[in-house]
Amino acid sequence: MLVIEGLHASIGDTEILSGLSLEVAAGEVHAVMGPNGSGKSTLAHVLAGRDPYRVTAGRVLYDGADLLAMTPEERAAAGVFLAFQHPIEIPGVANMYFLRTALNALRRARGLDEIGPVEFLKLADEKCRLVEMDRSLMDRSVNDGFSGGEKKRNEILQMLVLEPRLAILDETDSGLDIDALRVVAKGVTSLRSPGTAVVLITHHQRLLDHVVPDRVHVLAGGRIVRSGGPELAAELEAHGYADLEAMPAAGLSALIGPRR
Amino acid sequence: MTPRAQAVAARPSQELELPPLGQPSDPAWLSVSRRRAAAWVRANGFPSSKQEDWRYTSIDPVLAVPLVDGTGTTGRRPSLAVLDLLDLLGPRLGAVRLVMVNGHLAPELSQRAALPGGARILRLEDALADNPRQLASLWSWRSGGYPHALRALSDALATDGVLIDLPAGAVVEEPIEVVLLSAPGGAERWSHPRVVVAAGAASRATVIENYLGAPGRPSVTNALTQVMMDDEAQVDHYVMQADSTDGFHFSSLEVRPGRASHFSSRLLAVGARIGRHEVQVALQGEDAEIELSGLFLTGAGQVHDNPVLVDHAAPGCRSRQLYKGVAGGDGRGVFNGHIVVRAGANGTDAQQINKNLLVSDRAEVDTRPRLEIFADDVACAHGAAVGQLDPGAVFYLRSRGISYQQARALLVSGFAREVIDGFADGPIRQYAELLASAQLDRVVLTRQDGAAPAPAGGRASSASAATEGAAR
Repeated sequence: MLVIEGLHASIGDTEILSGLSLEVAAGEVHAVMGPNGSGKSTLAHVLAGRDPYRVTAGRVLYDGADLLAMTPEERAAAGVFLAFQHPIEIPGVANMYFLRTALNALRRARGLDEIGPVEFLKLADEKCRLVEMDRSLMDRSVNDGFSGGEKKRNEILQMLVLEPRLAILDETDSGLDIDALRVVAKGVTSLRSPGTAVVLITHHQRLLDHVVPDRVHVLAGGRIVRSGGPELAAELEAHGYADLEAMPAAGLSALIGPRR
Repeated sequence: MTPRAQAVAARPSQELELPPLGQPSDPAWLSVSRRRAAAWVRANGFPSSKQEDWRYTSIDPVLAVPLVDGTGTTGRRPSLAVLDLLDLLGPRLGAVRLVMVNGHLAPELSQRAALPGGARILRLEDALADNPRQLASLWSWRSGGYPHALRALSDALATDGVLIDLPAGAVVEEPIEVVLLSAPGGAERWSHPRVVVAAGAASRATVIENYLGAPGRPSVTNALTQVMMDDEAQVDHYVMQADSTDGFHFSSLEVRPGRASHFSSRLLAVGARIGRHEVQVALQGEDAEIELSGLFLTGAGQVHDNPVLVDHAAPGCRSRQLYKGVAGGDGRGVFNGHIVVRAGANGTDAQQINKNLLVSDRAEVDTRPRLEIFADDVACAHGAAVGQLDPGAVFYLRSRGISYQQARALLVSGFAREVIDGFADGPIRQYAELLASAQLDRVVLTRQDGAAPAPAGGRASSASAATEGAAR
């Protein structure tokens, strides 16, 4: 579903991704772990299409199509969703209206009929319960004055309403209490299906205790330096990233797991 | 003399040609007042951009519209049929609707209803003929001369309008709507409509001024609203400015709140080529509370100027101002807010906020908050900001599938919501939302300014980053 080949990306004159390659098949959950500054968030933003990251080499194929040639809204219409590490506050735009506008934009792009306010209300109520989000947050401005946990729940709510085929969660687990973490895990689990793929970008193993990934990748210095099964996450938790960062570049390729 | 030559010569000009001053039936004091006002205009001329209060608004294109029609006709009716005019009027905003066309009341388009508590609505023309005493003080309100020629012209030339008379204790729940329509076809190109609200003690009413204009030959609306309030009266006032973008709109609101009275005025400005919405509140009674808010959505080719003066002359008064502007295209917005707290006006609580959003790199907003305090024991705060749409917020919305255009429109309407939410729930707020969203779609977020950057994060994104940067 997602094929990233030799991706180089910069912000200004600073290269952050340096030949990153990654493949995620439909039906799989992949975790991308790495220390601060390794390029995790850059990867998430480049996949979603955020300025001002500049791709200097490599390619990203999504269902065989050139993802990088698509606008952010085209990517969303194609089924790509990014849960933001720092969700944006939008004063004056009601959460309910925003989410219905987004869903209907996606539905129009996919040739489906728009969903009316009453029907949408039911859908939103159902998903609110699932992510244990206070229903009153739907009538407030998007993320405006929300607590950290409420913002993350709101991201998961959006994910469940918009039903992406490829969901990228950018450190959605960071700074969450155990209840909120459980909700994020529940959201990811309910999205999991043979037709969808999930990329969990995280610094910690915590979330992976609740969502067992099919593959774990280690991102360091702007590329994947190691890949493995779920046990790799536990190993990283035990030993940290320090060993990886100390490794000479030439030695890294040997550590990279077989490409799927 | 061509209209343009006449206009240029008219600053200042003893030769300035004016239409007949008032009506033959005018009482003597009024004729005197009109002549004095006309003489003031001839002696002082029209404001120039050298004057501080007119720095951002050039009056030259306005003066190209002749004050006196060259044809010599006196017909006041526009050439449009009543049915066509009704089409222009839009939704009714209250039980009572008074329609003025080119400065003259049109009874056949108006809808009247009995008002409770002895409240009356009079045609100004009739009030001037029948009981001019009530109005005498208004015409001589400004003993110290005139702030500018347009204000003086109103005193010299205003003949028609609406007098809303609220006796003590009268409570009118339903809004009173005054439609001020500019329609091409009449002989007169300038109109000087006047709305007078006389609110007796503890009376209450809502007054909506709904300015509409049909496109065509440029006309000038030079409106004056005077609100006199006795103790504990409450008046909620609205100005919906949707004049034609071919024309010019000048409205002046003068308010004298009484002791412990409550006054609010809310403005939505979307129309006119040049729109100037002046507000002057003289707080001379103790413990009054006033609230002024405005939203100006200024598109290509438009200027919206908002000079606001709140004069705290009595102790214990509270004033709130919230003005927001959005400028697109080469539109230009101005907020010129002035708070004066005079000596002795202790316990004054004054606040002024002005926030502006530029949605194109050619748009401009000038904000000039001023605070002058001559009293002790006061709480005054003011703040002003001019910013651009947050690219992070635009991306957030786009990443959810919302188009670049729609994302910008959503963010701008979110910015504007704070002011519109202050409009009373019901037809007036719905109408405000309708006007605002139409204006945002049509003028402020033009495709030219809002062309989506090339795919971001892609190979072409260095160019798109520059585009986004320039729009910031």
